Amino acid sequence: MDKALKKYAPIFVIPTTAAFIIGFVIPFIEGLYLSFCRFTTVSNAKWVGFDNFKYALTDADFRQSFVFTVSFAVVSIILINVGGLGLALLLTRKLRGTNIFRTIFFMPNLIGGIVLGYIWQILINCILSNAGKPLLALNSTAGYWGLIILMCWQQIGYMMIIYIAGLQNVPDDILEAAAIDGASPVKTFFRVKLPMIMPSITICVFLTLTNSFKLFDQNLALTAGAPKHSTEMLALNIYNTFYARAGMQWKGYGQSKAVIFCILVIVISMIQLRATRSREVQA
Amino acid sequence: MKKKTRFTDHIWVVLLSILAVAYLYPIFMILINSLKKERAIGTSNIFSLPTSETFAGFTNYINALGAQGFAKSLGYSVLITITAVAAILVCCSMCAWYITRVRNKFTSALYYLFVFSMVVPFQMVMFTLSQTADSLDLNKPWNIWVIYLGFGAGLAVFMFAGFMKSIPLEIEEASMIDGCNPIQTFFLVVFPILKPTLVSVGILEAMWVWNDYLLPVLVLDIKKYKTIPMLIQYFRGSYGKVEMGPMMASIMMTIIPIIIVYLLGQKQIIKGVAAGAVKG
Repeated sequence: MDKALKKYAPIFVIPTTAAFIIGFVIPFIEGLYLSFCRFTTVSNAKWVGFDNFKYALTDADFRQSFVFTVSFAVVSIILINVGGLGLALLLTRKLRGTNIFRTIFFMPNLIGGIVLGYIWQILINCILSNAGKPLLALNSTAGYWGLIILMCWQQIGYMMIIYIAGLQNVPDDILEAAAIDGASPVKTFFRVKLPMIMPSITICVFLTLTNSFKLFDQNLALTAGAPKHSTEMLALNIYNTFYARAGMQWKGYGQSKAVIFCILVIVISMIQLRATRSREVQA
Repeated sequence: MKKKTRFTDHIWVVLLSILAVAYLYPIFMILINSLKKERAIGTSNIFSLPTSETFAGFTNYINALGAQGFAKSLGYSVLITITAVAAILVCCSMCAWYITRVRNKFTSALYYLFVFSMVVPFQMVMFTLSQTADSLDLNKPWNIWVIYLGFGAGLAVFMFAGFMKSIPLEIEEASMIDGCNPIQTFFLVVFPILKPTLVSVGILEAMWVWNDYLLPVLVLDIKKYKTIPMLIQYFRGSYGKVEMGPMMASIMMTIIPIIIVYLLGQKQIIKGVAAGAVKG
């Protein structure tokens, strides 16, 4: 069969591969190269060595956005996963209205980041102004918690679905055995269910981690980095470096920040996958 | 054992109901305000229901549809989503089949490249991608699907390949012996078996393309073509006072089609999301 199929390779492989080369491979390689250049378009690039990286690593706004992204990621990963797992546990207890709850909690996921950000901006600003506090544009604490609430609202439902699928795969006989041995519900959860759903935890932590590091739309729509770049996350900082200023140097700075960002995301997700994969057990 | 849990179960249902109402509230708030007159939408009365005095009926919706080019944007968004998702489903499933069935250095290198592309953040390629798209003239709503095919290939090929490993080879070999060429074998035998995976990949990619903001902003000419997320962001950023009524109506008109599709196909959507994650 291999041989017969090989003759048809162009029809099967070329459309996707060609689009992949145009949409990813070429831009990626060019992006790597341009991070060492000064340029305004791809054609007028001038090699400058590591100058862009030196600038990026000493840029105070970039460092501030790194700190903001990390502190946002840590809190939101914990809240989203605890919330999602908690709801999944409740919704696998055969309570009344389980299907309706599942439908409602998943729904915010389908709404795009720009629209979500705008909805929450209106809501949070109204609450702040009624409480006599400064609005989002001047209030970085509200911006930080607003982003976290928004992301919980959007993502808890998604993680809940994955955790429900994981919990439903825990075999009944193991749970019965635990009950016969006299394990309390709390003990059953920590000693039996939790190790059994480790694959779901791996996936959910991976998804929430990459989502929070790559977050852009919600950040742009909710706070746009205001006030004074203090709620600007890495992706938005890179975008602003590229497009918010005129001048020969900015695009090169932006591209080198993007390379650093890319390496950071790859390294963090590798470490995370290693760490949780090693805790997975077989039934 | 069952009787003991009954009472706590009631408490949980009550708590979950409260949470569900809180979950729906932001959307409900936009809905009630989209039905109010402009002067009744302010920070102090945003939480109040419309009264007979402030009720505006559907005028905000009509204004939004007419003045802001909403219908045009809706058309572009639908066109881009349908072409991109169709291209991804057909091309990527074919490619994934070839990769799983013909094993050599080239196909495994290609597979790992696809997986790698899923982790890379969009900012890494955004500038060079928009330049490449411009130079190849792929910056129109009717051909931007090529870019989406390239950028969405990672997830799609990964999910298809994961599922195809579990399809027994014998079925395909039987059809080849019966005289089908690989193209017939793929579309008549493999494609129908793939249906559940096609649905979940289709849903995940459609959610992505429909809501995508940054890629179309950088690739399309914003003066001529705006997708719905672009339109909403554009009107917020434009100078002068934003009219809140039509704005809220636009948001509602963006959300309502999604909610209808979701309620109609929620079993498939939830299953698709769960299946997609398990493969990941």
